Amino acid sequence: MITAERKPMEELIECLRPYHRILLVGCNECVTVCAAGGRKEVGILSSALQMAFMKEGKTLEVKEMTLERQCDPEYVEELVTHIDQAEAVMSMACGCGVQEIARRFKTKPVFPAVNTTFMGASERQGVWAERCQGCGECVLGLTGGICPIARCSKRLLNGPCGGSTNGKCEVDSDMDCAWQLIWDRLKALGIEDQYEENIAAKDWRTGRGGGPRKIIREDLLK
Amino acid sequence: MKTESVLEKIFTSGELAVTSECGPPRGAVPEKIIEKAKMLKGYVDAVNVTDNQTAMVRMSSFAACVFIKQLGMNPILQMVTRDRNRLAMQADILGAYAHGIDNILCLSGDHPHFGDHPMAANVHDIDSVQFVQMIRDMRDKGKFQGGDDILNPPKMFIGAAANPFADPFELRVARLAKKVKAGTNFIQTQCIYNLDKFEKWMEGVRDRGLHEKVNIMAGITPMKTVGMAKYMKNRVPGMDVPDELIKRMAGVPKEKQPEEGIKISVEAIERLKAVEGVKGFHIMAIEWEEKVPEIAEKAGLLPRPEIDL
Amino acid sequence: MENFEPTIVAFCCHYCAYTAADMAGSKRLCYPPNVKIVRVPCSGKVDAIHIMKALEMGADGVYVAGCLEGDCHFKSGNIDAAKRVTYIKKLLDEIGIGGERVEMILMSAGMGERFAQTATDMTEKIRKLGPNPVKSASKANNAA
Repeated sequence: MITAERKPMEELIECLRPYHRILLVGCNECVTVCAAGGRKEVGILSSALQMAFMKEGKTLEVKEMTLERQCDPEYVEELVTHIDQAEAVMSMACGCGVQEIARRFKTKPVFPAVNTTFMGASERQGVWAERCQGCGECVLGLTGGICPIARCSKRLLNGPCGGSTNGKCEVDSDMDCAWQLIWDRLKALGIEDQYEENIAAKDWRTGRGGGPRKIIREDLLK
Repeated sequence: MKTESVLEKIFTSGELAVTSECGPPRGAVPEKIIEKAKMLKGYVDAVNVTDNQTAMVRMSSFAACVFIKQLGMNPILQMVTRDRNRLAMQADILGAYAHGIDNILCLSGDHPHFGDHPMAANVHDIDSVQFVQMIRDMRDKGKFQGGDDILNPPKMFIGAAANPFADPFELRVARLAKKVKAGTNFIQTQCIYNLDKFEKWMEGVRDRGLHEKVNIMAGITPMKTVGMAKYMKNRVPGMDVPDELIKRMAGVPKEKQPEEGIKISVEAIERLKAVEGVKGFHIMAIEWEEKVPEIAEKAGLLPRPEIDL
Repeated sequence: MENFEPTIVAFCCHYCAYTAADMAGSKRLCYPPNVKIVRVPCSGKVDAIHIMKALEMGADGVYVAGCLEGDCHFKSGNIDAAKRVTYIKKLLDEIGIGGERVEMILMSAGMGERFAQTATDMTEKIRKLGPNPVKSASKANNAA
């Protein structure tokens, strides 16, 4: 999922300071899974914001809503009934959702409540780790199912570097060395020979390097 | 011979090659690099110039190499993939070659986390293996990485690093094989303290015949103090310092430790001379460059051969 | 502020803390009437929002009372509750309400004295901290 973490309260209170009535919108997908912006988190943030305002003798009315997701216009449309009563919107979704709300309601200030971080998976309850960088040309078939672009600190395609120590990255002793993981997996699969195939320099155009990307499916256009 | 490089000539002649290393200054002070290089002149065949080592900004390796070339010495341009994309790298390679610099060492580079700009973007457009291949194709095919022709292709003698002591050990011969396949001409290893482990790695290297495809130079760094020995053991990733060495350094009074450190290095060189496949020595005495002549002399590596260019 | 009588909400788990409260009652142990007990099946049932709402609605202090370590009737509800309390304390510090207004307390069903003592200690602690800041500001406004 796309992971995110709530911004510091100080920052959120500061950007909402000019307002008295806001719409606080959560998302039922990725940010719910990583406990950053789902229905529960909307409730907690709403309470925290109101208390912060009350403490200063002000009031903040918060209309709480959680959409199925914010990255599809059909769901964002559900905000129409409440948008006029709000002076501003704070979205707890990832950057994609925040932008979709801003796109739909051009005259309403929209603020992000979370910092979107990475595309990742749950390692165990409460722990999410980066897995994919969206490079646009997946090499997972060559590396035993472990991505060197997302999980190697130097995104080496022919790693490891000389700093790999005890299976950990030189950057942090808690960080796994991706190439150690890849090597272990290739061994487990009995295909160690594949390691010596040099992977060619990457064409970064399929990734963000070529500019912001778009997928158009002709067969699905209306 | 693929290049005009003096270093290549020495390898080809069958002589043991000797190289050393200089770190450029943390400012626009050419005198500092010139002074260090002068200490090495005549005692080594070529000099590496590090590239923003430990991710700390220093005068560029390219600029420092130019100063060293002007002293009549042979620089080895070190370049890391951390700081430049492939355009900048190829541009610098053309520039360096135009200045008569024809040795290059291809590295990934220490992560910015270690340096003075941890907030910087970590480039790694290509990795060190792809880098070697790119330069080989520039030289042998006369083409840029993107496919276009190069005017007067740079005939670079290509080096890479090897670390027999990093993990996973079982992978370290295969990693060398990858670099050799990509076109590496010479290898400089991480500094060696665990001679047994190094010899074990060399066994694996010889089993694959790699010692005949690439010129392997054993890395040697003299210890100055027992503190340095401990630091290298505990704080430097990919370094293997046996406990006996620490004990040996600790067993000597502080004023005698530098001398002991040099003795250890000379003994190592003598032992490694006998290892089949070792084609030279890379003596790294960072901030202690003045000791390189003494080490070279005591290890019987002098005089250096005079090569007609 | 003089004569400030704090309002404390105590979420007490049925199996231990609430039973301890009963024990305190049958032993005629005194504890301040400031403490309002809310019985929950397990301290792990108490979610972050319950603590937040209690404070938002004017409680000056909140504590969650559960079983001793290893004794939770639902295995690890007390551990989950403790983690949530730690999380909320940090959030309350961030918004300036003060994490010290919320605590996690562990006790067994037979600890009538501990229940009474906790109630007394918490009341005094909150009395010293003063009223919940969310109230005083609006009170000041009303007075002005």
